[in-house]
Amino acid sequence: MSGEAVGAEAPKKTTLTVTVDGRAFEANPGELLIAAAERQGTYVPRFCWHPRMREVGMCRMCLIEVDGPRGPALLPACMLPVTEGMIVHTKSDTVKKAQDGVLEFLLINHPLDCPVCDKGGECPLQDQTLTFGPGETRFVEEKRHYEKPIAISELVYLDRERCILCDRCTRFSKEVAGDPLISFVSRGNLTEVNTFPEDPFSSYFSGNVVQICPVGALTAKPYRFAARPWDLDQVESTCTTCAVGCRVVMQSSGDRITRYQGVDSSAVNWGWLCDKGRFDFESTSAPDRLTHPQMRSAKGAALEKVTWYDAMSAAASALRGVSPERIGVLGGSRLTNEAAYAWAKLTKGVLRTDNVDAQMADGLSAEEWLGLPPATIDDLETASAVLVMAPDLKEQLPILFLRLRDAAVNHNVAVFELGPKATGISSIARHGLFHRPGEAAAAIRALLGAAAGTPLADHNIAGIEADALTAAGAALKAELGKGNGKFVVIFGRPNLAESAAATSEALAVLAARPETTFLPALRRSNLRGALELGLAPGVMPGRVSLADSRAWFAGRWPAMPEAKGKDTNAILHAAAHGEIDVVILLGCDPVADVPDHQVKEALAAIKTVIAVDTLPNATTPFADIVLPAAGYGEVNGTTTNLEGRVTRLAAKISAPGTARPDWMIAVELASHLGTEFGVESADQLTAEIGRTARSYLGLTVALASGDGVLMPLTQGADDDSAPAPPALLRLVPTTVTTAAPSPDAYSLRLVVSHVMYGHATMVAASASLAKLIVTTTLQLHPGEVERHALREGGLVKIVNQAGATVTLALRANPSVPRGTAFIAAGPEAAQLIENGAGVTKIRLEGAP
Amino acid sequence: MPQTTKMITSRFDQPDSFTLSGYERTGGYRALRKALAMEPAAVIEEVKAATLLGRGGAGFPCGTKWGFLPPTVFPRYLVVNGDESEPGTYKDRLLMELDPHQLIEGVLICSWAIKAKQAFLYCRGEMALAQERLAQALNDAYAAGYIGKNIMGTGWDLDVVLHWGAGAYIVGEETALIESLEGNRGMPRLKPPFFPASKGLYMQPTVVNNVETLANLPWIVNNGASAFTAIGDPKAPGTRMFALSGHVNRPGVYEVDFGTTTFREMFEDPSLGGGIRNGGKVKAFIPGGASAPWFFEEHLDMALHPGPVGAAGSMLGSGAIVVFDETTDMVKAAWRIVKFFAKESCGKCSPCREGTNWLEKIYRRILDGHGRPEDIDLLMDVADNISPGLAWPPRQTTICPLGPSAASPIMSSVRRFRHEYEAYVNRGGGAT
Repeated sequence: MSGEAVGAEAPKKTTLTVTVDGRAFEANPGELLIAAAERQGTYVPRFCWHPRMREVGMCRMCLIEVDGPRGPALLPACMLPVTEGMIVHTKSDTVKKAQDGVLEFLLINHPLDCPVCDKGGECPLQDQTLTFGPGETRFVEEKRHYEKPIAISELVYLDRERCILCDRCTRFSKEVAGDPLISFVSRGNLTEVNTFPEDPFSSYFSGNVVQICPVGALTAKPYRFAARPWDLDQVESTCTTCAVGCRVVMQSSGDRITRYQGVDSSAVNWGWLCDKGRFDFESTSAPDRLTHPQMRSAKGAALEKVTWYDAMSAAASALRGVSPERIGVLGGSRLTNEAAYAWAKLTKGVLRTDNVDAQMADGLSAEEWLGLPPATIDDLETASAVLVMAPDLKEQLPILFLRLRDAAVNHNVAVFELGPKATGISSIARHGLFHRPGEAAAAIRALLGAAAGTPLADHNIAGIEADALTAAGAALKAELGKGNGKFVVIFGRPNLAESAAATSEALAVLAARPETTFLPALRRSNLRGALELGLAPGVMPGRVSLADSRAWFAGRWPAMPEAKGKDTNAILHAAAHGEIDVVILLGCDPVADVPDHQVKEALAAIKTVIAVDTLPNATTPFADIVLPAAGYGEVNGTTTNLEGRVTRLAAKISAPGTARPDWMIAVELASHLGTEFGVESADQLTAEIGRTARSYLGLTVALASGDGVLMPLTQGADDDSAPAPPALLRLVPTTVTTAAPSPDAYSLRLVVSHVMYGHATMVAASASLAKLIVTTTLQLHPGEVERHALREGGLVKIVNQAGATVTLALRANPSVPRGTAFIAAGPEAAQLIENGAGVTKIRLEGAP
Repeated sequence: MPQTTKMITSRFDQPDSFTLSGYERTGGYRALRKALAMEPAAVIEEVKAATLLGRGGAGFPCGTKWGFLPPTVFPRYLVVNGDESEPGTYKDRLLMELDPHQLIEGVLICSWAIKAKQAFLYCRGEMALAQERLAQALNDAYAAGYIGKNIMGTGWDLDVVLHWGAGAYIVGEETALIESLEGNRGMPRLKPPFFPASKGLYMQPTVVNNVETLANLPWIVNNGASAFTAIGDPKAPGTRMFALSGHVNRPGVYEVDFGTTTFREMFEDPSLGGGIRNGGKVKAFIPGGASAPWFFEEHLDMALHPGPVGAAGSMLGSGAIVVFDETTDMVKAAWRIVKFFAKESCGKCSPCREGTNWLEKIYRRILDGHGRPEDIDLLMDVADNISPGLAWPPRQTTICPLGPSAASPIMSSVRRFRHEYEAYVNRGGGAT
């Protein structure tokens, strides 16, 4: 009886009862009234409040009445945490008068130029005036005037007359992006938002302020006067500019993409987008899009338009009868999961070659890291410590940078940075450890050693002062002792001018520590999906090894490769030696992207180069057959982001000319080669992936909708179907120990990494972004500039050990350590890199 | 004859009142010695017993305010509000210029009582002489060992930072002052959650006290709470400084016993206001700063006491009394005050930023002869949208009371002198 009584006792209430307009409901402690009410269907009008930013309560639009001991009080719902028993009125006469009053105040100086304003039709001020505001104004005086509009950056216009001073853009810049480049200027009625003189709003995140502006004060140049909101048709999709996988709404007008808007996906981007992702839609309508298949009659001849049938036949005949090890397939990160799977099936299951690599020799071996214990982006917020051993996140994965910044700034997560130079995250990192290029493993060992209390052997390890290492180690130990003890490592290759071995070894050192989880800083859009789905040597679709999955694929695929194949480096190396007859390029540009100075010779030695792409690039001159692919926004399917989240991609516009989806090209080429895949749509491929690929088992289009689903999926993995699915890859720690090359006082070690507006085909094809492309410079520490007696801005001849030379202008940059030189990734840097060398050493010669 | 005890202005006539030697010679820093010998809690109790009402405007009991600090959260700060900027208010300026050490001793006593190790002295930007004298006084007090490390061998350290404002009235509002001290734009924070006692400077517990309030502390410590409460009214003990201006013969700052002197005495007494200019009559007066609703002749015999003044619908506020004689154009007088608030609005809240400026424009239109009959009610309704109900104490659609302050002169003048407004809008010219 007593037992029953205990069992029947109501569990302690964890929610609070709030009554809004006579309707009681449960709200969560700490929740703001404005959010709780909205969840329950009562929309309280607002301008300044934004759920992803700190509340300021300054527009006063959300005033509501709350019953109190001294009668109802008028309070802003955006700054009011719910309390038990709170009784709220949002439609009382007092509230109505306050709303009328605030809207009238906001409108007295707001120009009524709605007919020519980009925001008209989707303007919160317009909408809320209609719903909550007075019918007419009583203001007869002259309105405030400012110069209309002013360009505050290359991408954003500001029309101060329309501004209602809600502080959203300024708060975003300061609090979210950490780029306080716009601010309130002057005071009171004359307050305006503006930049500092001579200092434009050159933030990588500037487009977000346009999206969150509640009026038409901030407009984006690429969208200005491009369409009216009521003419736009839209669909939700995922941005594939980088591998973060931000959710977007893709809007089009007249079969042209006109705009992307960020969607608040709580797992990923919170509504934010970087400018590169937001504005590179312009490349979909670039004039040089590939629209028809092209071929050369002979090497050196010009490309000529041909029919799909002729191009396919030519490709099939080039491939037919070629021994699998003489075929190579490069690229695939641009593809959807479905296309990546179809191409994997064609190359591995039909052509039986395992010389397949989606990475452009700028990553780490997929086999090594795909099986590491995974971390999600959300884990950053709750981790006890985060170690970043990756390329500059701000430059390459901007929204991941914002999430890490939020974790560090708003959740006090300790961030440790370890790399060859300071980066965009250095300002939020508690400890920055900058080691000599090529010596990451030694630095990691010393850091973990210091954390374990091991005295350091030397006063300087890998170029880092022992004191700094000791302090960082002690801090790491302290942080991991707090909270949940979660240790997240964001990893990637911070330097393309050194071999991947040093990073692999560092990773192995970290992986040996239990309870460490890993988030790969993959740069290219669907690289994770391409690797998971088999576009990597030794890996079969579903994150399984070639060796382990033979039984599984035996009944599913026509064939399989005999043995593990070559990676991109090895394929190009073999090609240079005449050992490769056909190379298929899946949306990749090895000339620009593979960090090696001998790519062109290798490509020139291949009999047939087949390129499948959306735009011509630096490698197109080497292609014998060019197949036009439907690009982003033109194909349906799914994609996988860097953390392994599968989300949907939507087709919004039709592909130009006769361009076809990549998956269709694979299916047809298989057909030309005599194998029918029996697939007629992307959805059928999604279903096939869900049946076949171990890490995607059970995937359906519905599962991938919205915020998507995190891999590995396991549905059906325990079925009694014979044979049992193969095991997922497990980490094989690398045992290679890289010998630290001896420091050389007379040379500099090269660091090469991608920057936001660097060499990228889609950036160059987007008119608005193309203007932002930065000129490649040689960047040295000011002390090195002095030591070499060089002049900033002057031209410097750079010579590598093999004698290759490149001439670049010099820039002093204190974030580059002494003894090191930085060049942004691109053709100039590629000229200097010797793939396979541990580190790239260069020397400088003064003005040529 | 009104009671006038010289409690905090006792050194004002002394030529070297602002020097350390002048201060020490007249009993300076004795109270500090005495306070340091007491437990901090005992000092708080003494101040609580003295019922020292805050002299900044709100009149909140000082000791009670100190008691709001959460007991276990450190560091905590003392911030001195020396941003006296209300039109007609200039009492704190004199305290800073003529007796800076008295204020510093008050700062030391308060900091000891609340266990602060850092105090910030925020001095209005325009008060050059006050800044200069405070800076000198702080340097001398540091050199003499009153401020700094191990003060008088107690092991207690205190640093006092002198900070100059940049010319904004709004930073007299305590949360805006804190924002300004932190290096941000002077814009108020919403209370709650940002009550300085719990989330103040750098989000730490903070006491913000007015200059005059702190200047009372040495006297209270020296003479005891009971001596303090023996002066003035028991509910508003001690003395209070008033800055008297407008149409009186002797404008100036006067220290009088709190709660006992009447407005009539303040205006007429030969030692105080000395009568209305040209033998005229009072048409109206502002009892406590530009933001206070106006009083009229029927209020003349009311004591300068927060109780009755509050009950009559106004306040003693910052201690600035402005007298209007019968020659005053009340529309112009109201316009001048509204213009001040319009100019000083920080721009944070829409109703204040847009509303005060709209009101000022309507006034200018009326004064320029372009008023419409409906403008009078429009003034009242726009004011009502900033301060719903146009009542006292004011309700507000804004974060701080600056916006509603602009409503005070409008409602006072329209309600009492509507005919003057009507004369403007009907004749298209001046009232007289």
